[in-house]
Amino acid sequence: MIRIAIFGFGAVGRGVAKVLMDRRRMEKLIGEYRVVAVADSKGSIVSECVNLKEVLEIKEKKGRLPKGMSVEEIIDEVEFDVALELTPTNIDTGEPGLTHIKKCLKKGSHVVTSNKGPLVVAYKELSKMAEKSGVKLMFEATVGGAMPVIKLIKRDLAGNKILSIKGILNGTCNYILSKMEKEKLPYRVILSEAKELGIAEANESYDVEGIDSAAKLVILANSLMDMDVKFEDVEVRGITNITPEAFEIALEKGYTIRLIAEVDGSTLRVSPKLIPLSNPLCIHGTLNAILIKTDLAKEVFVIGRGAGSTETASAVISDLIEIYSCEVSR
Amino acid sequence: MAVVSLVVELKDKPGQLAKVIDPVSKCKGNIISIVHRREETTAGKVPVEISIEIEEKNVKKLLEMLKSQGVVVKRFNEERLTSTTSIMLIGHIIHTDLANTIDAVDRTGFAEVVEMHISMPCLKEPSTAMVTISAVSEEGLKNAISRLKDVCEKKGIMVIEPLE
Ligand SMILES: NC(=O)c1ccc[n+]([C@@H]2O[C@H](COP(=O)([O-])OP(=O)(O)OC[C@H]3O[C@@H](n4cnc5c(N)ncnc54)[C@H](OP(=O)(O)O)[C@@H]3O)[C@@H](O)[C@H]2O)c1
Repeated sequence: MIRIAIFGFGAVGRGVAKVLMDRRRMEKLIGEYRVVAVADSKGSIVSECVNLKEVLEIKEKKGRLPKGMSVEEIIDEVEFDVALELTPTNIDTGEPGLTHIKKCLKKGSHVVTSNKGPLVVAYKELSKMAEKSGVKLMFEATVGGAMPVIKLIKRDLAGNKILSIKGILNGTCNYILSKMEKEKLPYRVILSEAKELGIAEANESYDVEGIDSAAKLVILANSLMDMDVKFEDVEVRGITNITPEAFEIALEKGYTIRLIAEVDGSTLRVSPKLIPLSNPLCIHGTLNAILIKTDLAKEVFVIGRGAGSTETASAVISDLIEIYSCEVSR
Repeated sequence: MAVVSLVVELKDKPGQLAKVIDPVSKCKGNIISIVHRREETTAGKVPVEISIEIEEKNVKKLLEMLKSQGVVVKRFNEERLTSTTSIMLIGHIIHTDLANTIDAVDRTGFAEVVEMHISMPCLKEPSTAMVTISAVSEEGLKNAISRLKDVCEKKGIMVIEPLE
C-alpha cells in the first residue's frame, strides 16, 4: 500500500489528483495506493484515505482547503511513502518547496516535484540527501512539462555522454515569438493578447526575461550533464527588445527567431537566436522542444507541451510510476 | 590554418619577390601559388597574385610586415572569403555610428561585412539590421563576430546569432 501526500493544490496538484482518481488506470501500474494528505497554502485535509473527489469539490467551491495542519506539520506527524511537492516556484530561496523536500528526504520518503525552485537552489544537496536516505527524488515535471526529458536522458539514453542540450523551454516566449513572426505585430501587442488568453502571467517578466528558461537549464545541467552550476552562471537575455521587422529581415536569409536555452558542458546561455527554418527547433505556439546531442546516439529531438494542468500531471504521474513500477513487477 | 590570397604590386625587376617571400616565411606561411599578371602591368608595376596557407593569427602580422617592406597590397582575399554567416542587430544602430560598428569587422583584415539590410520603422524606434559577414575561415568568422559583439555591447545594441 503506497501512501501519498500532495503538497500544493493548484493547477498541477489538482491535475494530479484527477489522474489519481482513476484507480483502474493507476493500480495496475503501481499497485494499491491511498492519498493520506492534501495541503494548499491555507489549509489541509489529512485522513487514512482522502476522498479526492470531495477535496476537489471543496477547493473548487471555497477556493481553499479547510484549516488544518501545515505541510511541515504533516511531514512531522503523518506517515506517508511519497510526497508530491507541487507548490509555487521561487528560484531565489527555493521556498517553501526546499524545506518541504528536505524534510521529506530526511524522513525517508520519496519525493516527486514539479517545483523548479528547490532544484535550482540546491540540486546537489538534495540528490545527496535522497541517496543517503535511500529514496528517490524525481522532477520530470520541472523541465518541459509533459515533454519527456529527464527520464528520457537518464534512462533511455543511459550510457551516453550528453554533449549539448539546446531547447525551447518556455511556452510563453515561444508563443509570443511565433505569433510576432506570423502577424508582424509588435511585442507589446502580442504580449497583451497572450495575457488575455491566459498564456502569459500578469507579471510576465519571469518568462519573457528568460528567467524561467534559465532555471530549467540549470536543472538540466546539474542533473544530466554532471555539472555543478548556479542560476547566476547562466548568461540570460530575454525577448522584450525584439522588433516585428526582425522576423521579416531574418526570413530573407531563411531564419526565424526563438528563445533558446543552451548548455554545452561549459557555458550556459539563454538568448534569442536565429533559427534556420529547416531546423526542428523552429516550432510554433506554446510548444516546448529540446535537441540533445550525445556521443553515442548523436542527435535526439523531443517536442511536446511544456505546461498545463493535465500535461504537467502526466510528468508527475510518470515519475510516481517510475518509483513504484519495479516494485509491482517484482 | 587558412588559405589567404593577396594581390601585391611589385616593380618589374629582379629581387622583388623576396620582399613578399621573406615575410611569409617569417610568419610561418606556406606559399601555394604565385601568378604574375604581366598583362595588367601599369607604370612598370606588375600585379602578383599569391595564395598562402597561414595560421589566422599571423595574417595581420604578415600584412603589417609587407607594408613595412614597402609592398603595396592591392587586394586581400578577394575570392577567398569562404565562411559566411548572417547576424542580426537590434537597437539604435544608425545613431551609434554604423560605419564604426561595421568597421569592427572590416578592420580585422580577415573578415568583412558583405551585405546589410536595415529596417528603420521610425526615428526614435530601434532599427533592425541583418549583417552578413564573410571571413577567410571559420575561426576568422568567430573572431570577427566576437569583436562585433563587443562593439555592440558597448553601444547597447542587441546581437542575435544563428543557432550553431
Ligand atoms: N502549471 C504548469 O503548467 C506547470 C508546469 C510545470 C511546472 N509547474 C510548477 O509546478 C508548481 C505548481 O504549479 P501550479 O501551476 O499548480 O501553481 P499554482 O496553481 O499557483 O498552485 C500552487 C499551489 O501551492 C499551494 N501553496 C503555496 N504555498 C504553499 C505552502 N507553503 N504550503 C502548501 N501549499 C502551498 C497553493 O496554495 P493556494 O491554492 O492556497 O494558493 C496552490 O495550491 C510550480 O512550482 C510551477 O512552477 C507548473
